[in-house]
Amino acid sequence: MSSTEVNTRHRVTMTVNGQERVADVEPRTLLVHFLRDCLGLTGTHVGCDTSQCGACVVNVDGITTKSCTMFAVQCDGSNVQTIEGLSGTGSYHPVQEGFWEKHGLQCGYCTPGMIMSSVALLERNPNPTEDEIRHGLEGNLCRCTGYQNIVRAVQYAAEKMQKEPFSAD
Amino acid sequence: MFPTSFTYHRAQSIEDAVAVLEQNPDAKILAGGHSLIPAMKLRLAAPETLVDIGRIAELRTIKVDADIHIGAMVTYNEIRDHMELATLFPILPEAINVVGDQQVRARGTLGGAIAHADPAADLTAVFHALNGRISATGPSGEREIAADDVFVDLWTTSLEPNELLTTIVIPRPAPGTKMAYAKHSHPASGYAVVGVAVVLEMSHGSVSDARVVITGATSTPTRATGVEAALNGKNLTSTTIADAASRASVDLEINGDTYASEEYRAHLVNVMTRNALEQAAAR
Repeated sequence: MSSTEVNTRHRVTMTVNGQERVADVEPRTLLVHFLRDCLGLTGTHVGCDTSQCGACVVNVDGITTKSCTMFAVQCDGSNVQTIEGLSGTGSYHPVQEGFWEKHGLQCGYCTPGMIMSSVALLERNPNPTEDEIRHGLEGNLCRCTGYQNIVRAVQYAAEKMQKEPFSAD
Repeated sequence: MFPTSFTYHRAQSIEDAVAVLEQNPDAKILAGGHSLIPAMKLRLAAPETLVDIGRIAELRTIKVDADIHIGAMVTYNEIRDHMELATLFPILPEAINVVGDQQVRARGTLGGAIAHADPAADLTAVFHALNGRISATGPSGEREIAADDVFVDLWTTSLEPNELLTTIVIPRPAPGTKMAYAKHSHPASGYAVVGVAVVLEMSHGSVSDARVVITGATSTPTRATGVEAALNGKNLTSTTIADAASRASVDLEINGDTYASEEYRAHLVNVMTRNALEQAAAR
């Protein structure tokens, strides 16, 4: 990847939800559009498109990432996980289960990003206080819930994962 | 939203990045991307070439020697989670925790914050108060720029277009140095309406060298020299703090906007200075 011709498409290879994907992209293609439009992974949403709302959060090489604020070419060789790759075969991730059990959503638009950020938050801090949950989710906006049930969903997941660590296998 | 088209170059080394900058006067450096990419999407920036320094391994290191060397690609979270740095500089995790959000802190870099020089950034003031310097590499080699000479104007530094900021250098603080960052955040954007970084070198219980830097209110992070003068040689009593803080907005060129007028910001500068001094004194 060292070509400097104007507007050259770049071949990118990345592992998305465990599968190797190869595509030619324009440099200005954002990761979120690559995931949605090239790969058809429409679980990752575009909300504000200005790096504020967090509906597009995915995980890139272990780092929680707003996929509207990264170019697909930057992810060449990277390992990407989206909401579609979170659950195991036939079982929800405990955070997904928490959002279900505690009704951590109304319209559901922010939910994929909210869940991906919550997973990242619990990886860093498996037993967060309510303040730490709210601080950890400040990059995710929900217009419906007032966040009460989202906090409860994360608390549910934290408790469950402490008893029984989640494995996607 | 798509940015305008550009040419993408993933730099293999510092020299490679500088060579591309030299050939493309309209090129921009892409580091964490959390200021540049939003600006490109809004078409406020339309560089013809992006030089991605994200995979240059030597820019990702932290070295703690007599001075502390932080590579330009080290992220906010990597600094916050570095135990030795957090012990030497409690102001770093304190300020980083109020930058943006979880995702911004995971990708944003200290080098990017300094090179971008957003007037409402947090870490520019902290870097300035810690009396840091930056190391920059250009076609004719490397040079260092002291914090006092880095920031020129809104979004403008003394870095040349063909120079790459490679390292942030921070001197090891004298034992007993007190430091703190206080911020009034914009309720929607989270940026600093006013932020104040204070670093107080102490000697026998009194302040021997104060550095107090204001961000958010001014076009560049600016030292409140009146506050510094009022602190030097004094014990950190509440009277001294109140008197020093009341001088914070004097002589500053303060910017106003629809959220906070000049007068309100000037008031906040004094209040946040007092808060930062009180936080530092309590440590």
